Amino acid sequence: MAPVLDIRGLRTAFATAAGDLHALDGIDLVVNRGEIVALVGESGSGKSVTGFSITGLLPAAARVTAGEVRLNGIDLRALSPAAMRSLRGRKVAMIFQDPMMTLNPVLRIDTQMTDALRAHLPLGRAEARARCAAALAEVGIDEPEARLKMYPHQLSGGMRQRVAIAIALLHSPDLVIADEPTTALDVTIQGQILAVVQRLCREKGTALVWITHDLAVVAGIADRIAVMYAGRIVEQGPVDAVLDAPRHPYTRGLIDSVPASHPKGQRLPQIPGRMPTLTELPEGCAFAPRCTRRSAACAARPDPAEAAPGRWVRCFHPLPGAGG
Amino acid sequence: MLEFILRRVAQAVLVLFVMTLLVFFGVHVIGNPVYIFASSECTRECLNDIIANLGLDRPIWEQYWLFLGNLLQGDLGRSFTHGVPAMSLIWQRFPATLELATAALVLALAAGLPLGLYAGLRPDSPVSKAIMGFSMLGFSVPIFWIGLILILTFSVRLGWLPAIGRGQLVEVLGVRVSFLTLDGLRHLAMPSFTLSLIMMSMVIRLTRAGMREVLHTDYIRFARANGIRESRVIGVHAMKNILIPVVTVLGMEFASVIAFAVVTESIFSWPGVGKMLIDAIAVLDRPLIVAYLIFVVVMFVTLNLLVDILYSVLDPRVRVGGRTR
Repeated sequence: MAPVLDIRGLRTAFATAAGDLHALDGIDLVVNRGEIVALVGESGSGKSVTGFSITGLLPAAARVTAGEVRLNGIDLRALSPAAMRSLRGRKVAMIFQDPMMTLNPVLRIDTQMTDALRAHLPLGRAEARARCAAALAEVGIDEPEARLKMYPHQLSGGMRQRVAIAIALLHSPDLVIADEPTTALDVTIQGQILAVVQRLCREKGTALVWITHDLAVVAGIADRIAVMYAGRIVEQGPVDAVLDAPRHPYTRGLIDSVPASHPKGQRLPQIPGRMPTLTELPEGCAFAPRCTRRSAACAARPDPAEAAPGRWVRCFHPLPGAGG
Repeated sequence: MLEFILRRVAQAVLVLFVMTLLVFFGVHVIGNPVYIFASSECTRECLNDIIANLGLDRPIWEQYWLFLGNLLQGDLGRSFTHGVPAMSLIWQRFPATLELATAALVLALAAGLPLGLYAGLRPDSPVSKAIMGFSMLGFSVPIFWIGLILILTFSVRLGWLPAIGRGQLVEVLGVRVSFLTLDGLRHLAMPSFTLSLIMMSMVIRLTRAGMREVLHTDYIRFARANGIRESRVIGVHAMKNILIPVVTVLGMEFASVIAFAVVTESIFSWPGVGKMLIDAIAVLDRPLIVAYLIFVVVMFVTLNLLVDILYSVLDPRVRVGGRTR
């Protein structure tokens, strides 16, 4: 059976006055049915662009220039806009970061939900409403009937994110791309949202790409992790293996930067410098200028190499594995 | 909602009172109508007669008091020149102006929304640039010039449209209107287009700016990510957000279009209140000027209230009256 999502060599460029700038430069990512993959990286590393490249919702200046994106084996790049639209919401759904912004402020919850529902199903009003209320109940919203009549501003942030999740899961899509859906929420609410999404995806066998910069969230939810740096995936593998014994120097630095991983009072290690912007990408390894392990070889572009089964690292000088 | 409306009505009464003060004393400053009514042979006694006749011999605060008392009984005084109640003159002329202004509003929306929408969706196309150029002209070229050029082109040169007047009228519910006859429509075309230009330009710019802004919001992306049809995303999800500023601005603008259709009405000899006001000012017909200005204030206040109500229908966030949590 084909994996739910199969991305190979994906390149996405932004057209600028200075020519094409590649925000994604050769992304390879496979997500299987029911699997939760965390896409981790700093702001600007290309995480969100990856999500929008998959769903074909890139901003006007951006376009996919190379590579393949297959959803259940179907080549998404070959689809017409109309065919792509009919997949969105039905086969692949998205959840966004800021629940204050994802729901339309001037439309009632029921309008927004039934619109999403009826985009793919020819349902009558009453039936659509009933399905929407059921979907709200499923994400843990009490009094769903009453909530349906409300406007977004009448709901709390956590509640709004639940509504957004309910909408995204209306058609039981095969793949959900969640773009930092808990970042804007309180920590207590974060945990609840995480639990809801995890439970529903497991129940429905939905594959989930969870875009985040929060490693604590990753450890709690994901099966696999893919670490992004400057438009490339530098390391991917099973979440425990990667977090316990990172092979790429950047992953190491990222994990070390988490305050909780160090004894109190000790100086927090930092990665020196900052991620290069798209206009100043080096020729070879994008991380080399900040890397302590760099050598002359790093002036060339590293390709992903399988360091262990299911474990890919894009580095000439990977850190030694757990066993040696 | 009721409390909100009551509060607004109370405010309106206050505004109205302040306006009466300003208007009443204002027109007393701009000139003495007695000299206009008096013939050149008029002696001192004759002048005094006229003054007493018009009630201008009393102290001004007493005149004002009298005016206010009459106003409360719905009487805004008699026109000096026509000798009939000022309000009846206004009501007689008002339907023509209202029809002209409404036609202009409909035209502004019917043309402005689609044009603005197009310009917002395809900001870089040459057509969009032409639309924006047109709206810039609409703002900056004086109305009287456009009116005259239209008359020159369509009436004088091509002979397609009549230059002046209202044309054939039909009575509907006791009001005489011209838009139901072909002849009336032909008369209405040029003045209403002229009057609508500024509103139309405004609608175009607001719609375009709104569309540019709304298209980048997460909720539009989310709607698209849910596979909702583009026509519905634009027509409902985006449009409802864009209409908020459009309604606000048009509501305010509509009142001034009615109140100050003066120029357009003068050019096309449209028999509305604007033309009446110009004539009244020319002969310093104080009661008529005052009555008209009071009428305009009432209209502004009423329209603003309507806009607020409509606004709250469109934007649930400003909805008043404790519906929100």
